[in-house]
Amino acid sequence: MDRTDMEKTLENRDLMARFSFAARFGLPRTIIAGFVLLLFIMAPIVGADLTMQIGNVINRFSWNAVLVLAMVPMIHSGCSLNFGIPLGIIAGLLGGTLSIQLGFTGPVSFFMAILLATPFALLAGGGYGWLLNRIKGGEMMIATYVGLSSIAFMCMMWLLLPYTSPTMVWGLAGKGLRTTISLTGFYEKALANFLAIPIDPANGLYFPTGTILFFAVLALAVWAFFRTKTGTAMTAVGSNPLFARASGINVDRMRLLSVVMSTWLGAVGILVYQQGFGFMQLYMAPNNMTLPTVAAILIGGAAVNKASIAHVIIGTILYQSVVTLTPTVMTAMIHMDVSEVVRIIISNGMILYALTRKVKGGSK
Amino acid sequence: MMRKEHAKLNPKRLLQDNSVPLMFVVICLICLPLAGYSPSYLLNELVTRMGRNTFLILSLLIPIMAGMGLNFGMTLGAMAGEIALILVADWQIWGIPGIVLAMIVSIPISILLGVFCGNMLNKAKGREMITSYFISFFMNGVYQLVVLFMMGPIIPIMHATLKLPRGYGIRNTVSLLNMRQQLDNLLAINVGGVKIPVLTFLIIGVLCLVIIWFRRTKLGQDMRAVAQDMEVARDAGINVDRTRIIAIVMSTVMAGFGMIIYLQNLGNFPTYNAHVQIGTFSIAALLVGGASVEKASIGNAFLGVILFHMMFILAPETGTTITGDSMIGEYFRTFVSYGVITVALIMYETKKRMIKSQTGHLLALAQKEEEERAK
Repeated sequence: MDRTDMEKTLENRDLMARFSFAARFGLPRTIIAGFVLLLFIMAPIVGADLTMQIGNVINRFSWNAVLVLAMVPMIHSGCSLNFGIPLGIIAGLLGGTLSIQLGFTGPVSFFMAILLATPFALLAGGGYGWLLNRIKGGEMMIATYVGLSSIAFMCMMWLLLPYTSPTMVWGLAGKGLRTTISLTGFYEKALANFLAIPIDPANGLYFPTGTILFFAVLALAVWAFFRTKTGTAMTAVGSNPLFARASGINVDRMRLLSVVMSTWLGAVGILVYQQGFGFMQLYMAPNNMTLPTVAAILIGGAAVNKASIAHVIIGTILYQSVVTLTPTVMTAMIHMDVSEVVRIIISNGMILYALTRKVKGGSK
Repeated sequence: MMRKEHAKLNPKRLLQDNSVPLMFVVICLICLPLAGYSPSYLLNELVTRMGRNTFLILSLLIPIMAGMGLNFGMTLGAMAGEIALILVADWQIWGIPGIVLAMIVSIPISILLGVFCGNMLNKAKGREMITSYFISFFMNGVYQLVVLFMMGPIIPIMHATLKLPRGYGIRNTVSLLNMRQQLDNLLAINVGGVKIPVLTFLIIGVLCLVIIWFRRTKLGQDMRAVAQDMEVARDAGINVDRTRIIAIVMSTVMAGFGMIIYLQNLGNFPTYNAHVQIGTFSIAALLVGGASVEKASIGNAFLGVILFHMMFILAPETGTTITGDSMIGEYFRTFVSYGVITVALIMYETKKRMIKSQTGHLLALAQKEEEERAK
């Protein structure tokens, strides 16, 4: 039994070595990339409009990329996957609702929303970071439940806070925010419309230059930050906290800073998502953002303790391709809408793979 | 032994250890007059909910004993129970035989899922809870694949009443009308307007006895040893991985039974989300009863089910009385169940760190002493 197992392992290793691309790229990532490639090949065959599909993937990428970017600082500083991203999202929602409540409209309301969300993000991130410093080693589980309980707490708050803007509150009662708020006239496509390039104007498909640029600026800022002295110190804390402490780095402060950064990026991320999507979703909705975000960066090749900007970009493109293409292609192929099931299995399977991985460190 | 007795006598310590149950007693006492329910209604509801939920909560005890923390993967057992119920409903076997058959059918499915879950958790030692949490999500996807797409073409389903109009997959609600409360009504007695499902409580009692007995067996002792220290247990010749898998399999099978008891009481179930919140609510209830991530007793389970469900009954009505909005109470109880788990997890982690630093401190002291002696 043991021998056959060993032979099998050796054989597998041989296979892995032979397909060195797969080995370097990470097996699940290769499988998912292959799956996406297959979807793209199948799309024209089953009669789907490839231009439109690609356009959709680009648009969805632009909505989600900043949220996925919010994972990076915390992974770098060793706080592992940020399952507490709902906290940042809530800060973003507060910023967005306040911006509308205060009467800002058009693209201005988007930047006001970011500005108004910032204090909440700093506050929430600070508290969250302080908490995570007290429970080192158990971050992921606690982050998940901090996220869930803050969502449930805000559910009560959305009903009780004295918002009055007629576009946001329930028409009949005159109080309590609606579950979905349309952003038309506020910051819908605030970024996307900037220098938009038409792909398929008949179907309302544009290349969201502004959003991509916005993401590029933020990604560049994060990239540059990790090359500053503070950024290097943060990476050191993540890769070896004992060594970092020995070389005089304040470990707790670095971790706190990374959590605040992640939370703020989460707040900005949800606002970017909303401006693309055109709606603001309250109540239990932030809960649905955690899984896709975490899964995306893991598909990109990140590990529980290693992530880069490249992982963000590759991961978001792959994940969003799966989400966009499976419904059309799979439905056309087997006449069953299995897309939801595929999405659930891929995203959770990816997280499980990352959690049960023995080897530390991600792929290159 | 001495230290233990001392701890029991110390009122401050006692208060600290029982802070969560006490907080819930206070919440319930505040809500009680505001909700304005009659005592007989309350008692009736409470007894029903105890019969419905206790078995599920008890299924969490064994993984805690084996040092694997709160088993969020109990959802897997719930799914196994649901699949068994769907099949039994299709075979048109109703009443008590149906329930018993469903339990029997659920066993192999639960064992399969439990072995899968246990193997995954063995690969993720030290982060069992978050892994089991995501296993339950992952399996939810697989469950949907099986029930929504495979039932019909691959797994034969005879009756059209169960199937979606398109010819495959199960409808959003499965009716168990002919099974409804059969277990609860058999041997039920009525005390002052309160229906007591004696048989259900007897089954729960038997499970309690089994758990107490199991703790004393060789396997039970092994599990405790594994919980104490995996390395030491391995050196003592215990197959750690196997012991842990058995703990999870037992929990999954029990959760499957628990889910069948739960659903026969309700009389129908939403096929695709009956199991989604079961894990959270069961775990929250156990924690409310004063359990922690590493220690839980049968008493915790019973106290928890009473306090947690008391809050569950009272919260919506109280919320409506205070704010005039029934949703507030709904959100409040969701918030409380998540909040309790959050607090318990934080307490567990801080305690773990405290003990670690204390051991470090003691070691340093011992070393210093030795050095001085050497001088």
